[in-house]
Amino acid sequence: MWDYTDKVREHFLNPRNVGEIQNADAVGEVGSLACGDALKLYIKLDDQKERIVDAKFQTFGCASAIASSSALTEIIKGRTLDEALAVTNQEIADFLGGLPEEKMHCSVMGQEALEVAIAKYRGGPVPAHGHGHAHDETEDQGEIVCKCFGLTDTFLRKVIAANKLTTAEQVTHFTKAGGACGGCIPKIKLLIDEVLGSQPKVEQKKPEKLTNLRKMQLIQETLEKEIRPLLWADGGDLELVDIAGSEVQIAFRKACAGCAASGNTAKFVELKLRDLVADDIVVLEVEG
Amino acid sequence: MNEIYMDNNATTKVDEAVFEEMRPYFCGLYGNPSSMHFFGGQVQKKIDEARNRVAALLGASPDEIVFTACGTESDNAAVRSALEIFPDRRHVITTRVEHPAVLTLCRNLSKRGYRVTELNVDGEGRLDLDELRRAVDEDTAIVSAMWANNETGVVFPIEELGAIVKEKGKGTLFHTDAVQAVGKIPLNMATSTVDMLSLSGHKLHAPKGIGVLYLRKGVPFRPFLVGGHQEKNRRAGTENTVGIIALGKACELAARHMEDENTRVKAMRDRLQQELLARIPHARINGGAAERLPNTLSIAFEYVEGEAILMLLSEKGICASSGSACTSGSLEPSHVLRAMGVPFTCAHGSIRFSLSRFNTDQDVDAVIRELPPIIQRLREMSPFGREFLNR
Repeated sequence: MWDYTDKVREHFLNPRNVGEIQNADAVGEVGSLACGDALKLYIKLDDQKERIVDAKFQTFGCASAIASSSALTEIIKGRTLDEALAVTNQEIADFLGGLPEEKMHCSVMGQEALEVAIAKYRGGPVPAHGHGHAHDETEDQGEIVCKCFGLTDTFLRKVIAANKLTTAEQVTHFTKAGGACGGCIPKIKLLIDEVLGSQPKVEQKKPEKLTNLRKMQLIQETLEKEIRPLLWADGGDLELVDIAGSEVQIAFRKACAGCAASGNTAKFVELKLRDLVADDIVVLEVEG
Repeated sequence: MNEIYMDNNATTKVDEAVFEEMRPYFCGLYGNPSSMHFFGGQVQKKIDEARNRVAALLGASPDEIVFTACGTESDNAAVRSALEIFPDRRHVITTRVEHPAVLTLCRNLSKRGYRVTELNVDGEGRLDLDELRRAVDEDTAIVSAMWANNETGVVFPIEELGAIVKEKGKGTLFHTDAVQAVGKIPLNMATSTVDMLSLSGHKLHAPKGIGVLYLRKGVPFRPFLVGGHQEKNRRAGTENTVGIIALGKACELAARHMEDENTRVKAMRDRLQQELLARIPHARINGGAAERLPNTLSIAFEYVEGEAILMLLSEKGICASSGSACTSGSLEPSHVLRAMGVPFTCAHGSIRFSLSRFNTDQDVDAVIRELPPIIQRLREMSPFGREFLNR
């Protein structure tokens, strides 16, 4: 059983501010049924349109998602929009006496919904964030990193920086990214390195001028030693079907086969092969 | 708060009679059964009796019973033994809905170069026998398929599977994880195609920490734990004497209560199912059209999330379990429900009630009374499904 604080339990059992506001000034919606949690936040402003006089929510999700939504509405009531924007996900978690780390994504979802609501109200660009599929009107400037949960690089960078996350596992706990098929975990690690300002992994030396034979050997070696072990870790696999010049044909197996994110994985394989073997490699996913 | 316990596929209450049977062997009769003195010898006699009792429940011979520490150990021992028996074979077959005790092992094997076939199930959790027929070949070392599923209670046609394995394989071993089936439905190893079978004591009113690997006479075996000569060199380590004695008694009681399990307990499960379906709109039974264990009900509610349901039930003293992502710390709904293709609108809202002979009609009444308002409350809180649910 989760080690929820009494405050989390209390806000779950007696959530504050559940419901809709009919003539709300701002509405922010994040998450989806498929993701397993979603939050719709309604905000009512005072006559000067400065201060939040009422906030309500509707949430689909686990106990900590409901408690985080309740906490969020309590925190922002009475604040100006600018003050509300300064609320961090950590503040939501702290309000509840803390959340289990695996549940921190619930607090992030609350903070996200708030940000979306205010951005939409102000008519500016809606910030890049995760939980992409719930609201098509969103103009997401980022590039999707986690396809399973629809999370962008911009969003992940922000959460990594705000919470000083250092491992891919933490990023999964805070955002869910990488928590399903796991195909994006290598990318998440790169994002962490980037945000923390540390150097990306030491450049591995690319051999000069490859003969065809050597190139094929290298492709095989790289697939065996560098790429397949990463896929195995998530229950996936791939098979090398053929090599024709610079075209590498692969077929996905196990969890990768039929995974919605296999396109991303193919791209990852290509980047890795370009990095370690030759710049002109093209990876094609084939039936095999 | 008194508990209304409907999570018997997770673990069960130790029967008072089982506890009484094991009690003298803690502080009084604590001898080591391997010892040469009378003090250990009397424990050995009691262990022989327990072995006979377990064998009787399974329709096996006492020599075929190997005591282990848990179902997971039995599963691991069975699969690993087969791979050692057939060192040149690289193929293993299991199912997508298997318990992690087998599935994780198989997925680890696939990282080490084994070819692993995971058989699919249909929307009701049933296997396609033709898929197995096509999969078994001369390279297959072992086929491991559970007798009954822990989440849905769906029962696989084990003897039909076994017949295919024997027909298509080349000495291919057939193992079944029967942890959920033993004690709930009658099994008879005397006429079975099963080579190895795993069971776990704490699922049938014995304590945690005791399991059995049934090993058919003549089936080659390499032990998982090596060391002493215990269990005829098939499982080293000093016997868990109290656990073994308890399991023996629990098996004797299970045989005696089998009828009750398949009539009274089943009737309670069926009533729970009917009443919940009648009182809660937009609910569906996972595996409802398949043959199921008499005690298990997996029911999915659209547009609500499982952990929230469980916590609200828990407030009312009701103990159940869920196939939801949030309860397990994983972010996806259970692999069993996903393999069955349960729609995403309700995969997160699946609840499992698993009954035992200790449940009463009052327990069932309590769930029927408490659950509908919980589902309604959570649906009202949810931003989804409003139009759909009000239709």
